[in-house]
Amino acid sequence: MAPPLTRPPLPHTQPWHQKRSVRKGAHAALVYALAVPGAILFTIPLLWMLSTALKEPKQIFLFPPEWIPDPLLWGNFVAGWNDFLPFNTFLANSLIITVSNIVGNLISCSLAAFAFARLRARGKNLLFLLVLGTMLLPQEVTVIPQYVLFTRLGWNDSWLPLMVPPWFGWPFFIFLLRQFFMGIPRELDEAARLDGASSGRILWNLILPLSKPALATVVIFGFIGNWNNFLYPLIYIRSMDKQVLAVALNMFRGAYGNANYQYMMAVSLLVLLPVLVVFFLGQRLFVRGIALTGIKG
Amino acid sequence: MGLTAASTRPRKRLSLRQREELDFYLFIGLWLVGFLLFTGGPILASLLFSFTNWTGLTTQEWVGLENFRKLLFDDPLFWVATRNTFFYSLGSVLLGTLGALAVALLLNQKLPGTTLMRVLYYIPSIASGVAVSILWIWMFNPQVGLVNYLLSLAGIPGPLWLGSQQWALPALILKSTWAIGANMIVLLAGLQAVPASLYEAAKIDGAHPWDEFFNVTLPMLSPVLFYVLVISTISSFQILTDVLVMTQGGPGTATLVFVYYIYQNAFQYLKMGYASALAWILFAIILALTLLQLWGSKKWVYYEDQAA
Repeated sequence: MAPPLTRPPLPHTQPWHQKRSVRKGAHAALVYALAVPGAILFTIPLLWMLSTALKEPKQIFLFPPEWIPDPLLWGNFVAGWNDFLPFNTFLANSLIITVSNIVGNLISCSLAAFAFARLRARGKNLLFLLVLGTMLLPQEVTVIPQYVLFTRLGWNDSWLPLMVPPWFGWPFFIFLLRQFFMGIPRELDEAARLDGASSGRILWNLILPLSKPALATVVIFGFIGNWNNFLYPLIYIRSMDKQVLAVALNMFRGAYGNANYQYMMAVSLLVLLPVLVVFFLGQRLFVRGIALTGIKG
Repeated sequence: MGLTAASTRPRKRLSLRQREELDFYLFIGLWLVGFLLFTGGPILASLLFSFTNWTGLTTQEWVGLENFRKLLFDDPLFWVATRNTFFYSLGSVLLGTLGALAVALLLNQKLPGTTLMRVLYYIPSIASGVAVSILWIWMFNPQVGLVNYLLSLAGIPGPLWLGSQQWALPALILKSTWAIGANMIVLLAGLQAVPASLYEAAKIDGAHPWDEFFNVTLPMLSPVLFYVLVISTISSFQILTDVLVMTQGGPGTATLVFVYYIYQNAFQYLKMGYASALAWILFAIILALTLLQLWGSKKWVYYEDQAA
């Protein structure tokens, strides 16, 4: 047997260790010198948003700006939310639509993804090419004929154009889940299949419990995408009581924004908050999901 | 008895196979129906629309290639929109990719605080949508906005940004770079997938960090970099929300971009046929650019499994 030691000994005791640690220190200093200012630069817009949201009108136009206003008007959040437009209604609408669409996406996309990852069938490769092809297709190509179709169906000024399509899959999520499912050892479900388990059972009891990072990724991307969806509610929804947050926020900006930056920032921040919360709740699973499938939004 | 066993077993195996095929079509059923109704059907319809003068109100007439002729030779706004979109795309893709690469390289180190910094760089990219467009209207406020305040600290008088013909489009590019975090995460994953043995080998050969970057990191990262470039290009051509909220295509036509022009034609002027033709030209441009990048990638993207 060959001796197990093949590596050279670690340079713990060698004289150039000293030099190396100095070089390492300089290297770290350089990294911080470049990365820290950037990180601050990337963070201050959100801090500034908060700072503006807490100001009185006369403080807003101070130049140079005041970072921590005195007094801190936390009441701006309440006033901006309640005194102009019915934002509670918009919030409820956005929540209902977003949650329903995520559930629809999870169900329809994991079914299709499982089929593409595990089941053998004629025409499968061709159909999967269609999934990939529609991922690249700009939505502008379909938005006009979809508008015509939904208008003919009498779906204008209703939530149906926003809420029906997600139950029929979303190519990007199908692809993401399929990539993840492919990474799960096939022996597991082949054993289950030999024991007589049906495809549905394998998906539900075996694949899905092992796919939490990928499912979390779908939930987070689904939440961000639906919460921020602007074009579809903009072209379909007319009635105020059916409107969603994204469009209502822009209406707010158009009607009251120029004179009320503090309210505009306060309400925008409240609209943004759920996205940040969902991200932080799912972050651990989410980052693993991206790393494992090599996908971004 | 032996005979029946022999004759049922193949049939049973066949039916298992058929069962699997049936399952396949049941499982993709929702997607398939959705594809036919909401994507495939509309694509065909859109193609048909693009050869008509349909306005959504009047009856439609077949006009052949008239829409395309008018777009290419008779509509100066089409060329304005095309030029603006290419300018925006070039700026945001270059800055976005290089910026993300720089940050990913900096934060791909085992140093205290890098995890926190990754989160800080990443957050803006998930904070998207109307709320962020509104934030950036405020950021670009020429008198008291943060951007011009920071410039003033460096002694630079800031421009009017969104109110300026010259600076409105660069402002949108600048805003887009705030979201490089998404690309950064993908590039970081790519960097971490580079085998440590390659770096060790480079060290043993006495390679300068610079050589290490150009001869190890960059080639190994090139497939991910290529992916980031393609996806960024595609999404930059589809910029809409920022324009709808921040500039409405203005001032003048300074930020009239392709998708905004489609939106105006379809939903403001109700020229559905004309807008469909525009959408197809956009699709053709995106497809051509993607193919061009794919072709160009053969010269610079290194795939390990294809290396000779």
